[in-house]
Amino acid sequence: MWQDPLFGIWFNLSNVMMLLVAALIVFLIAFFATRNLKLKPTGMQNFMEWIMDFVKGIIKSNMDWRDGGRFHVLGITLLMFIFVSNMLGLPFSIVVNGDLWWKSPTADPTVTMTLAATIIILSHYYGIKQKGLKNYGADYLKPMPFLFPLKIIEEFANTLTLGLRLYGNIFAGEILLGLLAGLGGAGIFGFAAAALPMMAWQGFSIFIGAIQAFIFVMLTMVYISHKVADDH
Amino acid sequence: MFFDHLVLGATGEFLNIGDIAATLIVFIALMLLLKKFAWGPLMGVMQEREDLIASEIETAENSRLESKKMLEEQRNLLKDARTQAQEIVENAKKQGEVSREEIITTARAEAGRMKDAAVLEIANERDKAISAVREEVVALSLLAATKVLEKEISEEDNRQLINETIAKAGEVQ
Repeated sequence: MWQDPLFGIWFNLSNVMMLLVAALIVFLIAFFATRNLKLKPTGMQNFMEWIMDFVKGIIKSNMDWRDGGRFHVLGITLLMFIFVSNMLGLPFSIVVNGDLWWKSPTADPTVTMTLAATIIILSHYYGIKQKGLKNYGADYLKPMPFLFPLKIIEEFANTLTLGLRLYGNIFAGEILLGLLAGLGGAGIFGFAAAALPMMAWQGFSIFIGAIQAFIFVMLTMVYISHKVADDH
Repeated sequence: MFFDHLVLGATGEFLNIGDIAATLIVFIALMLLLKKFAWGPLMGVMQEREDLIASEIETAENSRLESKKMLEEQRNLLKDARTQAQEIVENAKKQGEVSREEIITTARAEAGRMKDAAVLEIANERDKAISAVREEVVALSLLAATKVLEKEISEEDNRQLINETIAKAGEVQ
């Protein structure tokens, strides 16, 4: 923890560093994959186009492309950023003087909740922008006016579940990896005992990291479409 | 504070406003940078390709329609040509028929005319021959008369002579 001397704001420098690392990796991948673009795609361009089409498919399954096209960039960036963030904590972690430095940025609730809250706020913003304040407000009274309190709770529940699901999955994965790593470093028998579960869990974590990135983007589009689209 | 019990994964007793700001700034900056350097160009290329494919399909469709139209045209032309050829052959046949008829009629008329001419000539010749014979008869009669006058023959002889002469003339006639 580090306090900014000017405003007295607290930073977790590990988070800040890992966010920057994740962003840098995503940027480099995307940047170098999209150099030398051709009409006949090859290699990395194919891969990036596959990701774009994938996100496009997610959006299209939730709303009209006319409404959803503007969230394309958001969706792709979210997917890649969260996936890379989830992967960062897998190969190793670095602990200096009892402080965890190298980890997944998504293994921190502050980060995931920030992303989730951003998404929910965006969905409200676009809901009001798209349908007007009146229709937006009227949605809280549908299908029954007495469900209004539940609707309010739903908004907060959505935010919480969206952020905490990601955090929980990644954090749990890292805890278990940390425990196995501790066991593996304890001695020759410990290493023998830990090697196999370690491999299994890392493979599983890769899977979970990919799935969680997908789920996050999927739910993002679901929440936004609930607010933006008329036909629900 | 009451909310302290709700804090999850807290690394300290402070709310990490700095982390929140960092997350937002990093994410939004990443999004904008990628939009400018990666997604924008990539989307442009994909859009371009989409347009290209659409235009190619349209072109193919157009040329297909055009070739279909041309084929139809050619087919019609061929049909026309065939009909025309048939017509020409038909005409020629009719023409031939007509001229054959004409030739035959002319030939027939010519033949008739020639026959008539021949008949006329024959009649002429006959008339000429008859008149010649008549002249001969007259001459003979004169001759006979002269002989009668010269010889003073009997009445019987005279009659016989005259009869002979007349019979001779009649034979000639």
